[in-house]
Amino acid sequence: MNSLQSYLILSSLLFSIGLAGALTRRNAILVLIGIELMLNSANLNFIAFWRFGPNPSALTGIMFAIFSISVAAAEAAVGLAIILAAYRHSRTTDLDQMNSLKG
Amino acid sequence: MTWIVKNLWLIPALPIFAAGITALLKQRSRIAAASLAIGSMALSFLLSLCAFANVLLRHSNQPLAVNVRWFQFGDEWLKIGWMLDPLTAVMLVMVTFVGLLIFIYSIGYMEHDENFTRFFCFLALFAGAMLGVVIANSLLLLFMCWEIVGLTSYLLIGFWYFTPSAAAAAKKAFITTRIGDLGFLIGMVWLYAQTHTLLFYDAGAGCLEQSSLVHLVTTTTVFGLTTSAAIGILIFCGAAGKSGQFPLHVWLPDAMEGPTPVSALIHAATMVAAGVFLIARIYPLMSAALGATVTPTVALQVVTWVGAITALFGATIAVAQYDIKRILAYSTVSQLGYMMIGLGVGGPSVGMFHLITHAFFKALLFLGAGSVIHGCSGEQDIRRMGGLRKFMPVTFATYAVGMLALCGFPFFFSGFWSKDAILHAAHNWSISQAPFYMAAIGALLTAFYMTRQVFYVFFGTLRLPAGGPVSHAESHSEDTQHHGAGHPHESPVVMTAPLAILAVCAILLGFLGTPAWPWFQSFLDGHAVESGGFHEPGIMSVMLSSSLLVFLGLGLGWWFYGRKPIASAEAPDAVGKLQPQTFRLLGHAYYVDALYGATLIRLNTIWSYVCDWFDRFVWNGAVYLVSYAVLGLAWVDNSFDTYIVNSGFDEGCRGVSDGGQILALLQGGRIQSYLRMIGVALIALVIFLLWGAKA
Amino acid sequence: MNGFPMLTLLTALPIVGALVVLALGNKLARATAFAFSFAALALTLVLWFHFDRGSGALQFQETHPWIAVLNVNYSVGVDGLGLLMLLLASIVVPIGIAASSQIQQRVPLYYALILLLQACLFGTFTAQNFFHWFIFWELSLIPAFFLIKLWGGPRATKAATQFLVYTMVGSVAMLLTFLAIFLTTHTFDFAQLSALAQSGQLMPSVVDKLAWHRFTPQHVGLILFAGAFLGFAVKVPLFPFHTWLPAAYSEAPTGTTILLTGAMSKMGVYGFLRILLPIFYPQMQELLTPLLWLAVATIVFSAYAAYAQQDLKRIFAYSSINHLGYCLLAIFAIAKFTGADADLTAEKYAAMNGVFLQMFNHGLTAGTIFWFIALLEKRSGGLRDLNDFGGLRKVAPVFTGLMGIALFSSLGLPGLNGFIGEFLIFKGSFPLISWATSISVLGLLMTALFILSLIQRVFSGPLNPKWAAFPDLTTSERLTLIPAIGLMFVLGLFPQLVLGVINSTVIQMVQHLRF
Repeated sequence: MNSLQSYLILSSLLFSIGLAGALTRRNAILVLIGIELMLNSANLNFIAFWRFGPNPSALTGIMFAIFSISVAAAEAAVGLAIILAAYRHSRTTDLDQMNSLKG
Repeated sequence: MTWIVKNLWLIPALPIFAAGITALLKQRSRIAAASLAIGSMALSFLLSLCAFANVLLRHSNQPLAVNVRWFQFGDEWLKIGWMLDPLTAVMLVMVTFVGLLIFIYSIGYMEHDENFTRFFCFLALFAGAMLGVVIANSLLLLFMCWEIVGLTSYLLIGFWYFTPSAAAAAKKAFITTRIGDLGFLIGMVWLYAQTHTLLFYDAGAGCLEQSSLVHLVTTTTVFGLTTSAAIGILIFCGAAGKSGQFPLHVWLPDAMEGPTPVSALIHAATMVAAGVFLIARIYPLMSAALGATVTPTVALQVVTWVGAITALFGATIAVAQYDIKRILAYSTVSQLGYMMIGLGVGGPSVGMFHLITHAFFKALLFLGAGSVIHGCSGEQDIRRMGGLRKFMPVTFATYAVGMLALCGFPFFFSGFWSKDAILHAAHNWSISQAPFYMAAIGALLTAFYMTRQVFYVFFGTLRLPAGGPVSHAESHSEDTQHHGAGHPHESPVVMTAPLAILAVCAILLGFLGTPAWPWFQSFLDGHAVESGGFHEPGIMSVMLSSSLLVFLGLGLGWWFYGRKPIASAEAPDAVGKLQPQTFRLLGHAYYVDALYGATLIRLNTIWSYVCDWFDRFVWNGAVYLVSYAVLGLAWVDNSFDTYIVNSGFDEGCRGVSDGGQILALLQGGRIQSYLRMIGVALIALVIFLLWGAKA
Repeated sequence: MNGFPMLTLLTALPIVGALVVLALGNKLARATAFAFSFAALALTLVLWFHFDRGSGALQFQETHPWIAVLNVNYSVGVDGLGLLMLLLASIVVPIGIAASSQIQQRVPLYYALILLLQACLFGTFTAQNFFHWFIFWELSLIPAFFLIKLWGGPRATKAATQFLVYTMVGSVAMLLTFLAIFLTTHTFDFAQLSALAQSGQLMPSVVDKLAWHRFTPQHVGLILFAGAFLGFAVKVPLFPFHTWLPAAYSEAPTGTTILLTGAMSKMGVYGFLRILLPIFYPQMQELLTPLLWLAVATIVFSAYAAYAQQDLKRIFAYSSINHLGYCLLAIFAIAKFTGADADLTAEKYAAMNGVFLQMFNHGLTAGTIFWFIALLEKRSGGLRDLNDFGGLRKVAPVFTGLMGIALFSSLGLPGLNGFIGEFLIFKGSFPLISWATSISVLGLLMTALFILSLIQRVFSGPLNPKWAAFPDLTTSERLTLIPAIGLMFVLGLFPQLVLGVINSTVIQMVQHLRF
């Protein structure tokens, strides 16, 4: 097993954990954490393929990762803002309680 | 064209004009009404004499005709017109003269009737229409005047309209004659179709002239008859109705409901004679035959047979009647039969001679009967009269003259000569001797029943009940109040004078047609009739046998009714005692009326109700069925709409709605379930793509 | 050709009159209606005297373009037949108004509807194409329906509804026929259609244009004829489509009955003459025998049924059916041969003249008789059963005399107007259809029977004590009745007054029936 595969396994593990968290946690913030985990695992993937890819000297991978982190940060900010607003409205962070868009 | 021929139309026009004015007068204006009627009639009589003189001097029986246009249809004009020939002339003189006398008589007879003015209005209208029938040169004009004559007869029979029996009798007369007129109408339109004209004489183009007759005789139609015979028979239907031939005779006895002058004028002398006159008028059509055959035509045979049956039929019934006017009515039926026999076997001259003589003596008899009724204050049953010759000598004398003329008492009385002419011609008829025998028996019966009547009425003792008349008729003219009951009395001069004049005519007229001097026949034929006078074979034997029959009849009448005076009003009739059933049968006129009532009239009424029922329930029912069918269809449509179309739609909608509800479960509103679904979908997609790529 | 628009004026006059009547209110309604109807009569008389008697063509024509898409012009004109019908309508309406004195409710509406009905009659008799004609034909049903329903007897609504629906069913059938013809020929004009029919091309072209190739032209002709025939057969009426009539005539107020019998029934016969005979002549010839049996049935059954009636109005309702049956008998007789046989042409002239005269005379006579019945009803408080009266002649001799004249005219007594028409019909029909004509004389007999029975039960006999105070005709009533009665005598003695005007038209119409 070479280093690339280990990194990939790691990132997929991270991704799964993140996914599991997003899909199953009740608390909204934990869902956000899960989403952050998924994003970061994707970042890890980018770095891994950049480091072990054909052209390690180009800065493409790092660029991707930095972009991704900034977007993640923005997205986290927005997400937190939404959660805050939702919390103010419904006095709970339990996602199962927020089903007023039920069909 | 002489003045009289050009203005012949004045003769009917004057009385009609008088009638028109009288119709507008009030009931009070009696003198005006009577003067207008009598004046116009007198003028018409004078004009008729002029016409007669014209024909007499002309010595020919060629008709002179004046035709005028009436209305047009299509390319042609329908013409009507009037004509003058010997037949016309004698009828004109007879009708105007007898009419005039009866008008004068009516002044006395109807004096106490409140509807005097109306009476003269209708009489004048009748006279005008009858004269129109006589001078008509067009079958259409004749038919029109014929119908108006029928109308006035209806109005006059029903003159005392408040009596139900009079109103019914009037209707019966009109309807019965109308049945005959239906045949007349069909015959007329048929004739028109075949000859393209209804003018009798039109300078060679008329329907009674040679070219038309040839055409009619050579074409045959139903039952193998020639067209001329068929048309003749149809027109004879009308004549049979008007002249009371069997079986359309039933209206005549009932017509006695009218006042006696009406019976005299219309139902004895003139209107009923119109049928005979019609046949005489269209005689060329009736007798048209191919070649120079001597066999009488089918049409004339029909006329003869019907006449013979009627002659015998009427005479037998008259034997058993008790009403003075009904005896005379049935006698008229019988005598009209004689006239038809005369026409059928001997031609117009024979038939018309009897018509003319009959007019005078029958009018005389009726007026005399009226005088008797007037004198007995309305009584009409002969059983309640008797011995009147002492109280009413003039009436008796004139009545006796009339009676003897009717019986045909030899030599002095006109009826003898005219009836003999008929018997002689019947004896010489090539088809059969039966009409001769029937006529002969009828002559016997005539003498018998007239003698019976005379003995009942004028001989014996007075059986008039003290309390006034029992019989219903004619007691509504206020005679009863005026004259009071009890003593019969002679009638005033205004009534007896016409009787006397008619009596004289009843004697003298006979001499115009004796075999020795057949003036009448030659006048009608337009040329001297070759006759061997009294030496003609068969004449003497016929004269002798008829005289014997007359004497036999008179004798039998005396035997039964004259030998012993009639005991009382309730005593049974002498003949009736001998043969009660036959007598009763004859008394009820062979129950012909009842027969008609039970069959034709009842069937007619039933058919009416059937038609009405059909209309209400069958045809109307069909319409209702259609409407119910449509309503049913509408109901079906409605239920289809409500339950099937509508509900189906509702069900569909519900299904969609339920489906939607189920699908809505997907939208739980929970974010994580959405995310899970996205996850699953993503995995599925990746597997699919990998699978697809692998394959 | 477009002179002073007399016919349009004539048709518009009653409409204006109706509006004026509605505006003027209760008191003046009747007088205003009279005024307008007399104005219409005067106008019609003007037309009558200006009519050129020598020409059988259309006169007083007005043609203006109207609906180009449908090829429909505003085309009106009259020939002798149309003019005669206009005159009849003009005479019958004043009679109807005169007999309507018993109307007490919604009076202006009543007279307005009568005038509207008159306008529709005028429109029908002057129209020269089907579109225009059908509008007025259908329009006339509306005032008639309301007149019967709102002022009629106890069962008026039912009678009115039956009348409306029955007539409309027939009209729909007729409309379908003419739509088929229109789709084929693209014209509604009567003259053009009859010319087409004469050339024998009408039915084949229907088959072609409408692609009804399953049917032969002959069958198509029969189908189309059936449709048009139904419309007119209901209107006249012809047996067995006549059952609406007794109910409608007896439930309607008598003034309306006068209009129904005097003029509206003639619309049906007019339709036979103007539309059916020229366009569907071959079909009528083909179906002649069944048509003749229907005509004979109409004549005979209705006369018998009349005898069984007790209600005076029903008697004369059936009598109307009977008299118009004679007209149809003659029309079917005319449809018999196509040959130019001169003899038979003379008979056809006679028959057609008879039809025209009979229409006019019957309208006048029946209108007058119903007028008398209205007077009788007024005096008896609404009673009009045969058993209700008796011996009226004693107390009302003038009434009896004048009504008797009208009754005898209906019976066909010579000297009065009813005779000549019937005589010409019999004269013309007998050579063409002998057996049918011979059977039809039964109608004459039964007519005499029921009329004389009526006289016997109402006027003769002992006076029914209930009517001891029955008033005779007042002077004003006499004055108004005398013209009608006088006209009966005048037309009976001088039929040339009418025949002179219509003869040229008759010649032309019969000449055109040559195929």
